[in-house]
Amino acid sequence: MRAKPSIGRMAPCLLAALALSACATTGTTKNSSAATNGGAPYSSTYRAYPGAPTALVGATVFDGAGGRIENGTVLFAGGEVVAVGGADLAVPSGYTRIDGTGKFVTPGIIDAHSHLGDYPTPSVDAHSDGNEATSPTTPEVWAEHSVWPQDPGFSRAMANGGITSLMILPGSANLMGGRSVTLKNVPSRTVQGMKFPGAPYSMKMACGENPKRVYGSRRQAPSTRMGNFAVNRQTWLDAKKYAEEDSPDRDLAKETLVGVLDGEILIQNHCYRADEMALVLDMAKEMGYKVAAFHHAVESYKIADLLREADVCSAVWADWYGFKMEAYDGIPENAALIHKEGACVVIHSDSENGIQRLNQEAAKAQADGRRIGIDIPDAEVIRWITLNPARAMGIDARTGSLQQGKMADVVLWNGDPLSIYSRPEKVWVDGALMYDALDRKRRPVSDFELGQPGEGDVK
Amino acid sequence: MRIASAIASALAALSLASAASAQDFAITGATVATGDGSEPIENGTVVVRGGRVVAAGSGVAIPAGIQVYDGSGTWVTPGLFAAATDLGLWDVGAVAESNDVSAGNAPFSAALDVAPAINPASQHIAISREGGVTRATVMPATGSTIFAGQGAVIDLGADMDAVTRPRAFQFVEMGESGARLAGGSRTAAHALLRSALREAREYGGRAGIAGGTGRPAESRTGDDLPIDPRLAGRDQADRNSDVLLTRFDAAALVPVLEGSQPLYVHVERAADIRSALALTREFPGLDLVLVGVSEGWLVAREIAAAGVPVITMPLTDLPERFEELAATQSNAGRMKDAGVKVAIGLLMGMNQPRFAPQQAGNLVALNNVPGATGMTWGEAFAAITSVPAEISGMGGRAGVLRAGAMGDVVVWDGDPLEVSSAPVRVFIDGIEQPLDNHQSRLAERYRDLDESDLPKAYDW
Repeated sequence: MRAKPSIGRMAPCLLAALALSACATTGTTKNSSAATNGGAPYSSTYRAYPGAPTALVGATVFDGAGGRIENGTVLFAGGEVVAVGGADLAVPSGYTRIDGTGKFVTPGIIDAHSHLGDYPTPSVDAHSDGNEATSPTTPEVWAEHSVWPQDPGFSRAMANGGITSLMILPGSANLMGGRSVTLKNVPSRTVQGMKFPGAPYSMKMACGENPKRVYGSRRQAPSTRMGNFAVNRQTWLDAKKYAEEDSPDRDLAKETLVGVLDGEILIQNHCYRADEMALVLDMAKEMGYKVAAFHHAVESYKIADLLREADVCSAVWADWYGFKMEAYDGIPENAALIHKEGACVVIHSDSENGIQRLNQEAAKAQADGRRIGIDIPDAEVIRWITLNPARAMGIDARTGSLQQGKMADVVLWNGDPLSIYSRPEKVWVDGALMYDALDRKRRPVSDFELGQPGEGDVK
Repeated sequence: MRIASAIASALAALSLASAASAQDFAITGATVATGDGSEPIENGTVVVRGGRVVAAGSGVAIPAGIQVYDGSGTWVTPGLFAAATDLGLWDVGAVAESNDVSAGNAPFSAALDVAPAINPASQHIAISREGGVTRATVMPATGSTIFAGQGAVIDLGADMDAVTRPRAFQFVEMGESGARLAGGSRTAAHALLRSALREAREYGGRAGIAGGTGRPAESRTGDDLPIDPRLAGRDQADRNSDVLLTRFDAAALVPVLEGSQPLYVHVERAADIRSALALTREFPGLDLVLVGVSEGWLVAREIAAAGVPVITMPLTDLPERFEELAATQSNAGRMKDAGVKVAIGLLMGMNQPRFAPQQAGNLVALNNVPGATGMTWGEAFAAITSVPAEISGMGGRAGVLRAGAMGDVVVWDGDPLEVSSAPVRVFIDGIEQPLDNHQSRLAERYRDLDESDLPKAYDW
């Protein structure tokens, strides 16, 4: 879904996907997903840019893991978080000290559901690269092979949303849409230069209306929800058989599926309705894989207990509603009700506009919970857009919270990030200052925007 | 006869009951924002009597014997006015049979009129009401040609009488979308628009129908646009065979040409904005409103000089299309600073009307970003209250707390532009409104997941 309506039309309901990718190189079954011995193909060439040892002092710190420190100190150097503490934490010599009085610090914001690069702006047909809608199962496609690094949306996500990592997913036209890719939000000439080093791959799956509509309208399977499941189950069974074959020919689709069965590739499952999520959990049990997160899970609140038990995250919007039949029971209290049951909440965007305001979406979801008596501390809410998405994407050991040794992905906000009136003032990725609201030149401008009206504007 | 008169009595009773439920009340001790562009007033008072605002501000006398509510800790504002919505035209966007937003297979275009299609019982109206939206303009979307048809002004009251003013404006797509609809080029859109307006001029001039050029008939709100007599089948005029419009469509454009019905024109690119403004040189009667206008800041002085108001989606900051290359969140503020009357709108589809305060709040936030241009709190709040009301023709009557204005009052649990705030009470025409809907009922049912006694289906 795109959040912005094109005038005169409903936003197209086709987009939506999840997935990821990883450097799977080992497997427990015979034919592992890597299928190569020379390291992962298309591997990351990202290297952190230079940064100075930096001390952020005097700000309110949300550490992303549920912690809150008033008048805190955050130290980072060499691309990593060195220490996080209170006013008593000593600033070593050689550190650039930045006064954060009246300001707030969070980890870099993470979006677990984006199509930047795959559906870049301008949104012309020639840029429509997110759905390989030629077969209901396309585990063989990789979202990274569609990403256009010059999408201007990456810069907006950084400057207005403080986004430092994001997962780009194939769309939801297909039951199995392909692999996603996890990126650091750094401008680059190549997608390899953005790839998050060592991030696992995911595979995007989709329930419900989209696959059955896309293929049913062509008089082919699936045309029903039961058809969705039949095609999925047979595809999994074929993959399991492939995994047991001796020296089969390489099969890109099955390599991805076997990677899932081996636990190396995560499943990101677009699924709106509660009853369908419950069926997917059974399919995962039947076939022997795990769902990392349900995306667009507008009805998670109806089965939050099941989701807690299955240890599955729900990646949700704050309050999108009614645009399609399976979104008719979406409620603004969804995130809070999931949280109350002890299940994992992720606030995601699925939108080049929404990704600029995940902090505001989280704040809305928090307030909607408070009004029905569910009080969730600010620091927990920040986790919905930092450590929890990192967990759903399998990168929580590296980023998502301000913890010693983790990547120094950090946002300094000019006010409380849960307030409408606040914006990122500075954004660091691996300790390198990549955006500074106070320095006009410390703002990325994509190739596409050079020489165009408004080049380098605040946007 | 007996049945008919029984129904008539029942209807009369209903309307009496409805009128009787308008309360006379005062809210005291609240932070009051009047919507007129001024900053909020601490410890203010709002008085509503007979469905109308009597006074709002500080130092307001409270009439004796009136119900007084303690507003301390709350904010009190006029109801939000959502400009250019699709409220009441759809239930589920992707369920075609529930969606009356556009009519791509209809033989008609400009004659299409949203008024009889609006469903006051729509969940989207109920949800928007819960979000503090009390009035809106409803705009059709284009189908097979550049004219989408005629929009309406509605209230969001929980009754079956939503339309305050039918046929309040005509909507036309120019720019990229209009070009595609007209035949593949902006040239085609401009030729079609001119041809249509000339047909309407000829049609209107030759029709010779009583009332066609005279004063409109009296109507309920005093300035409604009545159905043109030609649409009522009293048209005896001939037309040339060389026309593109149906008789109904041509008749519908007569009031546009005469300026008695505003023409909303969707344009984004700076050059398209100038081309739209230039239409008034050929058709001086046109009363233009520009819609979209994401590159408006590049030609803001010209828009201001033309005195043409703008309805925009202010957070547009990406080059979604080639006609939006210069899009920036500073657009609204820069236009405002150049003297353009700017409303926040296009609250349709995924961009729900209840999100209007979030958009306005972001414009306030922009003022703290070096190089960006936002709005003051009062200006931003006016952009979702009094300014869109003025553009709709409801100036001074809606979107503002001022003596004589409609008694649309919202009590909020905090700063209405802050994402964590929400309405706690909503009044429309002085009548307190229910705030429940499909969503709130679901939230109540699933507040816990206990099914130890009975399934959730019995929990209601």
